[in-house]
Amino acid sequence: MKRNLWMNLMMAVLVAGLFMTVSCAQKTVVSEPTTVEDKTKADAEEAARLEAERIKAQELEEKMAREKEAKIAAAKNRFLNQNIHFEYDSAELSSMAKMILKEKAEWLSANPGVSVMIEGHCDERGTTVYNLALGERRAQACKNYLADLGVSSSRLSMVSYGEEKPLDPGKTEEAYRKNRRAQFVIK
Amino acid sequence: MRMFSWKSKLLGCLLVCLFLSQAQAKDYDYISISNPFLNKTPIAVTRFKAFSGHEAEVQAGLKAEQILKDGLNFTGYLKVMDPNAFLSDPAESGIQLGQINFKDWTAIGAELLITGGIEEVGGQVKMQLRCMDTFNTRMVVGKIYSAPVSQIRGIIHRFCSEVSKALTGNYGVFGSKLSFVSTVKGNKEIFTCEFDGFNPRQVTTHKSISLSPSWSHDGKWLAYVSYAKGKPDIYIKNIKEKRGAIVNYDGINISPDWMPGQLKLAATLSFSGSQEIYLLTKKGEIIKRITKSWGVNVSPRFSPDGSKIAFTSSRAGTPQIYIQDLDSGEVNRITFTGKYNTSPSWSPDGKKIAYVGIEKNKINIFVIPVDSGSGLPVQLTMDQGDNEDPTWSPDGSLIAFKSNRQGGVGRLFVMTAAGTDQRRLLTLPGEQSEPDWSGSTGFDDRY
Repeated sequence: MKRNLWMNLMMAVLVAGLFMTVSCAQKTVVSEPTTVEDKTKADAEEAARLEAERIKAQELEEKMAREKEAKIAAAKNRFLNQNIHFEYDSAELSSMAKMILKEKAEWLSANPGVSVMIEGHCDERGTTVYNLALGERRAQACKNYLADLGVSSSRLSMVSYGEEKPLDPGKTEEAYRKNRRAQFVIK
Repeated sequence: MRMFSWKSKLLGCLLVCLFLSQAQAKDYDYISISNPFLNKTPIAVTRFKAFSGHEAEVQAGLKAEQILKDGLNFTGYLKVMDPNAFLSDPAESGIQLGQINFKDWTAIGAELLITGGIEEVGGQVKMQLRCMDTFNTRMVVGKIYSAPVSQIRGIIHRFCSEVSKALTGNYGVFGSKLSFVSTVKGNKEIFTCEFDGFNPRQVTTHKSISLSPSWSHDGKWLAYVSYAKGKPDIYIKNIKEKRGAIVNYDGINISPDWMPGQLKLAATLSFSGSQEIYLLTKKGEIIKRITKSWGVNVSPRFSPDGSKIAFTSSRAGTPQIYIQDLDSGEVNRITFTGKYNTSPSWSPDGKKIAYVGIEKNKINIFVIPVDSGSGLPVQLTMDQGDNEDPTWSPDGSLIAFKSNRQGGVGRLFVMTAAGTDQRRLLTLPGEQSEPDWSGSTGFDDRY
């Protein structure tokens, strides 16, 4: 008997707690909490289950939103950080370069409000002046390809930095490969 | 050939030129500076005779003597002799023609002798300078100059240019200057200095990337490229009057070069969608388009007579040097060896082009005759780092260039046109590149 009393008391507290948090629809259920003990218990269990489900759903939703956000951020990061690489003394787009540019075009069409600057860069081998022109041709190649994929050229501007802004100041083939690039910057 | 400008006046000082004896330049074809197998001519420079002998005069004499020796050595065709070998001392025994015992000089192998005398009164100096041919026992150049002590460097170089004229038929490098690029706090700015690297001065403060300076023929204007407004534009500036124009068409505006004798420029502009060379007014207005071809067209350099340009083009797939006649439009390819030849620079006699060639990842300077078929390229730099940006001195005897041979850092060097005597031109913090040697612009606008 004493145990039952304790049970009832606990239930009362729990239900009262639920009453404060659970939606209006459940008010009718909990309107007579003390009249039928069993019903009250079942109702309480049902309410707790619903609440748990609701929380789970909400968490899932939040997780999806976070994931979507992360995906958007990752796509933006890739857009900004995935450079187009070129062979020595060449402004020709490799199949890899075209793949990356297709992804960039998709990102641009998903983000119609964004305008970008395409920077053309060279490695340090070669002469300052010739590299200014070569860097421009690299940026131009990217711009033309994106325009062919349907990106409005009014959203695409270019600047050549020649060999003035290497990503890697090293004097290795690896550094040179990194530095021969077109790089995208959001304006 | 850019002519020496005599309109120059020594600033605020009186110049007295007494022609003690004037040799006909034609009579004295002592030295052919275009001969690549030239042996240096030994020249003795005596200590200066101080006429009153007071301290300021002696000091001024020592200074003048050092500037004179440095100037003569700089030419690359004269070798100033060690005074320890001297058998007589004209500062004591007399510096004039009749007072010289020429046997004392021929005995030690001195083919030329320069004697100097100096008088100093209240900050003014009067200098007597004589250059003598020891074997023919005659005076080659004799001059008297008066000027403030502060102008000693200019006076000595004026005399050096007279000696040069008498020996080579050309006034030489002494009245010329260079512009170049140097890093300053992570940016690139334009600098100028005198012919021997003396007195480097920063002339831009864009705090940006500034590149490719080019002197106008009169040394009054500089054109250069700067990213000051976010992209490469050409800045055209009158250095003294602080006026000028900006060429900022869409795309790149790069590699300006002044036309000899006129205030017009050639430069590469890409507003049309491809990099083409245009002729521009000094305000940046387009006079005409010069190149029309597939590929990159950059680095125009006028021939000394202004009728042609040499330039770099990738129209045949790799960058090569071409020459185009400005009137007829006729184009000739000049370089056929190697897959990367850029940065042409026309010799002042119009016969040769220095350029940069890359072979096996090594960047070096070459020279090739302009008349195609008349010779193969000659390599001037070798096994000493990367060497770029050649520019000829106005007399064609020297070539200044950029090299990273010392610790991988870009520095300015100078060598003879034959590639000998490679040496550092100037010492400055940071990294230097893209020297451009002016014509002979005189001695008075050393700002």
